[in-house]
Amino acid sequence: MPADPARPGGRPGPRLHVVTGKGGTGKTTLAAAAALALAAEGRRSLLIEVEGRQGIAQLFDCPPLPYAERRVAVAEGGGEVHALAVDVEDALLEYLQTVYHLGPARWALDRLGALDFVTSIAPGLRDVFLTGKICQALGAPGSDGARYDAVVVDAPPTGRVARFLNVNQQVAGLARVGPVRNQAESIMQVLRSAQTTVHVVTLLEEMPTQETVDVVAELGGIGLPVGAVLINMVRTPVLTAADLIQAQNRHLPRAEIAAGLAAAGLPTSAAILDALIGEVLDAADRVALEAAERATLASLGRPTYELPWLAEGIDLGGLYALAAALTDQGFGVSGP
Amino acid sequence: MDALLADRGTRIIVCCGSGGVGKTTTAAALALRAAEQGRRVCVLTIDPARRLAQSMGLEHLDNTPRVVPDVDLAAGGLLEAMMLDMKRTFDETVETHAAPDQARAIFANPFYQSMSSSFTGTQEYMAMEKLGQLRAQADADGRWDLIIVDTPPSRSALDFLDAPQRLGSFLDGRTIKLFLAPARLGGRTYLRVFNAGVWAMSGIMNRVFGAQILTNVQSLIAALDTVFGGFRERAEQTYAHLQAPGTSFLVVATPEPDALREAAYFTQRLEQDRMALAGLVLNRVHTTDAPNLTVERSQIGAQDLEDLPEHALAARILRVHVERMHRIRRETHLTQHFAAGFPHVPIARAAAQATDIHDLDGLRTLGTSLAEG
Repeated sequence: MPADPARPGGRPGPRLHVVTGKGGTGKTTLAAAAALALAAEGRRSLLIEVEGRQGIAQLFDCPPLPYAERRVAVAEGGGEVHALAVDVEDALLEYLQTVYHLGPARWALDRLGALDFVTSIAPGLRDVFLTGKICQALGAPGSDGARYDAVVVDAPPTGRVARFLNVNQQVAGLARVGPVRNQAESIMQVLRSAQTTVHVVTLLEEMPTQETVDVVAELGGIGLPVGAVLINMVRTPVLTAADLIQAQNRHLPRAEIAAGLAAAGLPTSAAILDALIGEVLDAADRVALEAAERATLASLGRPTYELPWLAEGIDLGGLYALAAALTDQGFGVSGP
Repeated sequence: MDALLADRGTRIIVCCGSGGVGKTTTAAALALRAAEQGRRVCVLTIDPARRLAQSMGLEHLDNTPRVVPDVDLAAGGLLEAMMLDMKRTFDETVETHAAPDQARAIFANPFYQSMSSSFTGTQEYMAMEKLGQLRAQADADGRWDLIIVDTPPSRSALDFLDAPQRLGSFLDGRTIKLFLAPARLGGRTYLRVFNAGVWAMSGIMNRVFGAQILTNVQSLIAALDTVFGGFRERAEQTYAHLQAPGTSFLVVATPEPDALREAAYFTQRLEQDRMALAGLVLNRVHTTDAPNLTVERSQIGAQDLEDLPEHALAARILRVHVERMHRIRRETHLTQHFAAGFPHVPIARAAAQATDIHDLDGLRTLGTSLAEG
């Protein structure tokens, strides 16, 4: 996509960043950090959640988000992060309103629980309206509708994201012709274009890594562009490479450690030494496991970003720290 | 934990909790332990990690319990395991209750395809359905005396309890009845306004989705309705089974804020609905054998040694210990918070392992850890 000269912050690269990941990996947190990073230098980004959890409001410490865009944070250099919680019934009503000018029928639909009906009987339709709303918020590049430099979506987890994004497939059996079918087609065009990129959040653990590998293959299979792998909660290793080798060979110098403890005025009983050495062996095993997972992730051939584990938990300050870590590693500068 | 497993009155154990806390592994470890202690166990897993599934002989997802190899059966036990195939369970339920041509019509309906393979409630409903089937089989032929179930990886732990009823009441509800037969209600004045709404909606749906859609939806609902004879009633029955004596719930969590928050919601809910909560299983708990070497002492020690090159290794080892102690302190704090809210709920802890579990030995270790923790 060419740079857009009409917008001061306009630059090449994707504008729609879809963030997925296994549950518990910090998907919502990193989506928020990405939105902050993409709002740097006076730009505007929009962070969208689609699963009704109000996770964004919790992160930014603000009241629950309505079905409307709200500014939730300012970024470095006067940038702004806006947020939107997309509710599927509102999205469906909005769609019907725009296309069919519902009028009083809206009341009847609401009253009858008809919307619940439509979205439950054909769950695939939910996703058409959710992704449709996302594409609407994105707007056509360079048009008046494109009010944001970047749109970041806190998407469903890895197990469901391919289905969520593959709206064409979802409606294929249900509506062969008609407006919904056309809607799905145009959503698919945006999602498969260079405007879009899907990032996967993972940890250096076995299951999240496996799910990352699986989802990258799955997304590739349906022609959706995979962006970066975001490795979350990375701890800085305390042990050196030499320590790790010694630990691996179970050859830690007991006497040397005891001497160190004595020099620090700490107890040096056999039990204490056993306990500390056991903990070092555990830590070394973890590092070895992490190295293996890191190699597996690297073999995917996608750009990777590492985000530090924050001991004090995720608060607003932590979000800014994660955004800074993304920016420092070049996220959003040339398009990941 | 062993008392629960050994109690012959325990017929069903439901493991629930938020995603990623080790529900499946916990269910499998308890099933293995119970079987090796002489129970005849069937474990229903939802979405096991590939290597764990392989180690239990679950390479083929065929929706039928299979004997798990290499289990010690000296005590007279049995271990069978199965993985839930949501779509196939739905198909089988239809086949069981419908005439062949009726079943064919249902399978051919595009909405059936969409509904039976999606994740919004169907998986939970089918997990309940499968549990009901296994229970019926156990009652009929005595093949198993204990069924342990894992629950679907829901967004929230409560989905497992709510989704089936939601789906049931929805399929059985007023909207559907109106929607199915708007013409029949035409003469009744008080319904006229709803009726107008239904017609408006039908018109809109036709325009939005194409004319075929209404016919498809109507015929599917009508066919399923005859098959299940009232979804809501069925969902309520399954729910009642969960309240019956012999069914125990275990809430599974890790010592993390989100997981424990979900565990607290779930515990409250089970108490409200008078379901038997056997306890909280806390996975991946960190421990230390040097508890007296506190964070503060170790930190000062590490600082003292920092500038002494000959003690650099000892300094790093103390820092490893500091990290671990920090973690333990945080986990203890979170667990105490939960325990303060639910003082009567017993907690079984399983120590964190360096690697994930993918064989029976790993499951045995976890089982022992849970029994002792």
